[in-house]
Amino acid sequence: MAERMFVQGNEAVGWGALYAGCDGFFGYPITPQNEVTQWFASEFPKRGKVFLQSQSEVGSINMLYGGAAAGFRVMTSTSSPGWGLMQETISHCVAAELPCIIVLVQRGGPGAGSIRHAQMDYISVTRGGGQGGYKNIVLAPASVQEIHDLVQLAFYLADKYRNPTIVLADGILGQVSESVDVKTIDFGPLNEKDWALRGIGKQKDGKCRLINSAAGVLPVPPYPNYISWLRHMDEKYKQMEADELRYETYKAEDAELILIAYGYTARVSKETVNMARLQGLKVGLIRPITAWPFPYDIIREKAIQGCKFLVVVDSLGLLIEDVKIAVESRADVGLVSILDRHLPTDGGMIMPGRVFEEVKRLI
Amino acid sequence: MKNDENTRKKELVCGNPRIWKDPPGAMMYCSGCQHPVIHRIISEVLEEMDIYEEAICILGVGCHAFIQVSWSIDTLSCAHGRALDSATAIKRLNPDAIVFTVQGDGDCLAIGAGAFIGAMTRGERITTIMYNNTNYGTTGGQLAPTTLIGQKTTTTPLGRNPKLEGYPVRAAELAADFEGTVYSARGSVNSPANYKRAKKYIKKAFQKQIDGLGYSFVEVLSACPPNWHLSPVDCIKRIEEEIIPEFPLSEIKG
Ligand code: SF4
Repeated sequence: MAERMFVQGNEAVGWGALYAGCDGFFGYPITPQNEVTQWFASEFPKRGKVFLQSQSEVGSINMLYGGAAAGFRVMTSTSSPGWGLMQETISHCVAAELPCIIVLVQRGGPGAGSIRHAQMDYISVTRGGGQGGYKNIVLAPASVQEIHDLVQLAFYLADKYRNPTIVLADGILGQVSESVDVKTIDFGPLNEKDWALRGIGKQKDGKCRLINSAAGVLPVPPYPNYISWLRHMDEKYKQMEADELRYETYKAEDAELILIAYGYTARVSKETVNMARLQGLKVGLIRPITAWPFPYDIIREKAIQGCKFLVVVDSLGLLIEDVKIAVESRADVGLVSILDRHLPTDGGMIMPGRVFEEVKRLI
Repeated sequence: MKNDENTRKKELVCGNPRIWKDPPGAMMYCSGCQHPVIHRIISEVLEEMDIYEEAICILGVGCHAFIQVSWSIDTLSCAHGRALDSATAIKRLNPDAIVFTVQGDGDCLAIGAGAFIGAMTRGERITTIMYNNTNYGTTGGQLAPTTLIGQKTTTTPLGRNPKLEGYPVRAAELAADFEGTVYSARGSVNSPANYKRAKKYIKKAFQKQIDGLGYSFVEVLSACPPNWHLSPVDCIKRIEEEIIPEFPLSEIKG
């Protein structure tokens, strides 16, 4: 049974995690996601679950590495500078095939940047930002309900693939309050974690488990050598790419101009589509729900049909690179970026009116 | 601790501990390396205290980490310096497990200093066995936080100069300073008597964890013949004459 609640995006992270059966949250203070950490601090211990404030984001992610290895559903939340610090061990988690969830509430960069919303970590999130090159499924919610739902999906996908999964949010989504149906979503059965460390006394076969992230130093059974292990990883990434693509199309069927946006700028873009449609302009939206895998095919299809594109993103571009890969030079790709915010300060936002100006110019 | 007197020996009289794989992975070590000796002590302790079935070992990065192929308990190999973070989460999520880290001096005191301080600050109910061989063995004998003044390493070719590289870190004393630490000791395996003492220290450290009291730490001195450029026998001499005076053996806390 769903419980209807009026909650903030940052709180929806917590409710989603709780209803997904999350066992432990490990986090370090950083703006603008402190409400997430505080939610877990007040709600988890009284339910017998683990909340721990780490000594750094490096600590948080390595706590996930341990918690996941012991077979628990674990997560952290951070913002962009903390995301930077976590890269090394996210790579280790991929290599050791440890499922965990990282919620990234993006803020302005580079460096310390700003402490307010932005969408500036797209490349490091979608390309595997740490050493060695790897893939993580990246889920990009655009509403409070979707934060709740995608946090749950993230746990499922992490366990399904034994891989970290990223939930990519931003400061605006975190602060928005909306009505949410809070409930456990059933995504289907998962394999038992018979690989997890529990102490040999608790292993069904009584045999020891060894988890490491150095398949090229000590072979990881059943892979006899480094390259056979890399082949297994490659196959896993390809399976994620084939099976886990998710996106939303909005009035894209007959559109001549298609907006491409994720997160808060997708909400702005939807509003712009409605404004354009009121004036009879054929404008639609394609919203990646998975930033990786990216919906290249549908965008390419639309390019072949003769559509133009306008990327709306609160950064200097970044997302536009994927759209250009998709259209293969067949179509013009415009950009509304962080430089088009309504105020020149860190509090500025991309507004529907500004996007609509660009729509009228392009169509 | 279990009380299954009939099926388990309380003290190993002879032979290998049963969690010690046969043939042992000790062949990965240089001759005269004392790491496998310390591994063996831990194995004996886990077995004699009858806690190996609940044990989860978290490893750092360095020669000590080759233990993962030498024994048959659940083991996690971590990012360099992060074992105590990962161990923290495992113990918090699974308080019934006996959770301990095996780390080198570089892993624990240099790259892992933040995790070390963090775990002690929080008084995590876990145990660390830190091997101190006064240099980075695996990577070819570089300066470590524990390198002695004047000691030549590949990155201090003229010897450690305190004006440039500072002073050796005494980890067991540092650990003892934290309220969250309930036991801290330094041992050595340079003689049968010291072997026995080191084993007693490690046993006590695990007992503190079983009693749920807080963080327990044992530093053990270890020889590294190729990087010290000494024969195994001369390494033992160096430990006695040069290292123990700088790193005295004792129970510092608890
Ligand atoms: S390099 Fe030193 S620590 Fe490493 S195996 Fe050889 S002797 Fe032991």
